[in-house]
Amino acid sequence: MFDQEFMRLAFTAGAIVGLLAPAVGFFLVQRRLSLVGDGIGHVAFAGVAAGYLLDVSPVLAALVVSAFGALALEWLRARTGGAGDQALALVFYVGIASGVVIVSIAGALNVNLFAFLFGSILTVTRTDLAVAAGLGGAALALVALLYRPLAAVSLDEEGARVAGVPVALLNGVVAVLAAVTIAVSMRIVGILLIAALMVLPVIAATRVAWSMASALAISMAIGLASAFAGLTLSYYGDLPPGGTIVLVAAAGFLLASGAESILGSR
Amino acid sequence: MPLAVELREVDFAYEHGEPVLRDVNLAIGQGEFVAIAGPNGGGKTTLIRLVLGLERPTRGTVHLFGEPANRFSRREGLGYLAQRAQVGVEAPATVYEVVAAGRVSQRRFLGPLRADDRRVVEQAIDRVGLSDVARRPVDRLSGGQQQRAFIAKALAREPSLLVLDEPTTGVDAESQEALAALLDRLQRELRATVLYVSHEFGAVERYVERVVLVRGGIVFDGRPDELPGVWHDPSHVHV
Repeated sequence: MFDQEFMRLAFTAGAIVGLLAPAVGFFLVQRRLSLVGDGIGHVAFAGVAAGYLLDVSPVLAALVVSAFGALALEWLRARTGGAGDQALALVFYVGIASGVVIVSIAGALNVNLFAFLFGSILTVTRTDLAVAAGLGGAALALVALLYRPLAAVSLDEEGARVAGVPVALLNGVVAVLAAVTIAVSMRIVGILLIAALMVLPVIAATRVAWSMASALAISMAIGLASAFAGLTLSYYGDLPPGGTIVLVAAAGFLLASGAESILGSR
Repeated sequence: MPLAVELREVDFAYEHGEPVLRDVNLAIGQGEFVAIAGPNGGGKTTLIRLVLGLERPTRGTVHLFGEPANRFSRREGLGYLAQRAQVGVEAPATVYEVVAAGRVSQRRFLGPLRADDRRVVEQAIDRVGLSDVARRPVDRLSGGQQQRAFIAKALAREPSLLVLDEPTTGVDAESQEALAALLDRLQRELRATVLYVSHEFGAVERYVERVVLVRGGIVFDGRPDELPGVWHDPSHVHV
């Protein structure tokens, strides 16, 4: 399998995606915002479509558009308070509708677009990998640097605000990190499935973890294992990588739930 | 006595709402242990949100240690236990992790905990008597232990002002007694200003030096033994 360069590239990109998606998704799940990744993913679809229309890199266009979408979502969520799901619905539908309209104008309803939507091993290039390594590495470093304040805001947003922690800025950082994760991951997992890799490993880890820090570490381990196992199954079974990776992560959740029941750890 | 909290001629109404507080004048000295009591909906929580700079008055001024509350520069020294505090995350946050979150502040929030932060966190956990369960998830502890964990989080700020909003909600009578005694001891040890907000005085009455009754404004401000009998149940306060 590793004799072929495209698989080496896919596994390297998969390692970055497998670690990054749960690391960022962790802070969304903790704040009960599990579907935010999905909403931003739909905005990224509009970005890919805009990339085709403007003849610029779809990944770059998706990164820029989804970062703006993520910040808009965070702004709407902060303004509407308890109606955060309405803000999410608004961004979700505007994203997918814009994508459909722009794709139609660009005449880009083709196989390449489907590769972005559902992921494809064959589409990962050396340039993609360099971009993923740069952005993914920077995003992981930022998560490590900001772990304490992000955890504190997740635990008690108002308490953090009283202490003068820049809560709005940190929430914006998480939103942009989610956008970066989606841009980095869409070649392998696909825009429509990446949110699952941000959420499933985290909720699986929560079943068996003994602390917040262990939950983060276990979710990253499950994400990495899901990416590797999913890519391997995808190669030998001729299956779509995104769907296979997500199904492996879902199996990880079922295993963790079983372990929780047996060990009575929660 | 230098002032920790000062409100002058404060009115407050939420956007498009009726006034919640009217003409509030309140001065609390540094190191005082004050109970803020009154019926539910009387404006107690709004009053402390104004004190903490989380809301701005529609009229009047609010100062913390001499600075405007909303621009207070030493926020890391404000310990706050919100009403119905609970672990707001899905993951099993341990006592240590919850208390360590109290060391995150405006000035110190990047990178891992430093050695002196870890010492303060361990001290705060020890002060509330939870050292034996420091590595256990908070949601597996009793209601009283959980409240003590949240108080330790507020203590980890090494607070000059400690504000506790309804800290005994959902806690049994025995734990309320223990909590009141703990707060009394901490207030004397730390010499912090403590604002204890509750719709009832309960166990804390014998420890506080001063009671402020809030019902749309301040309707009583004095020593607990000066309270007319009927007001010992503040839900019956009539303006």
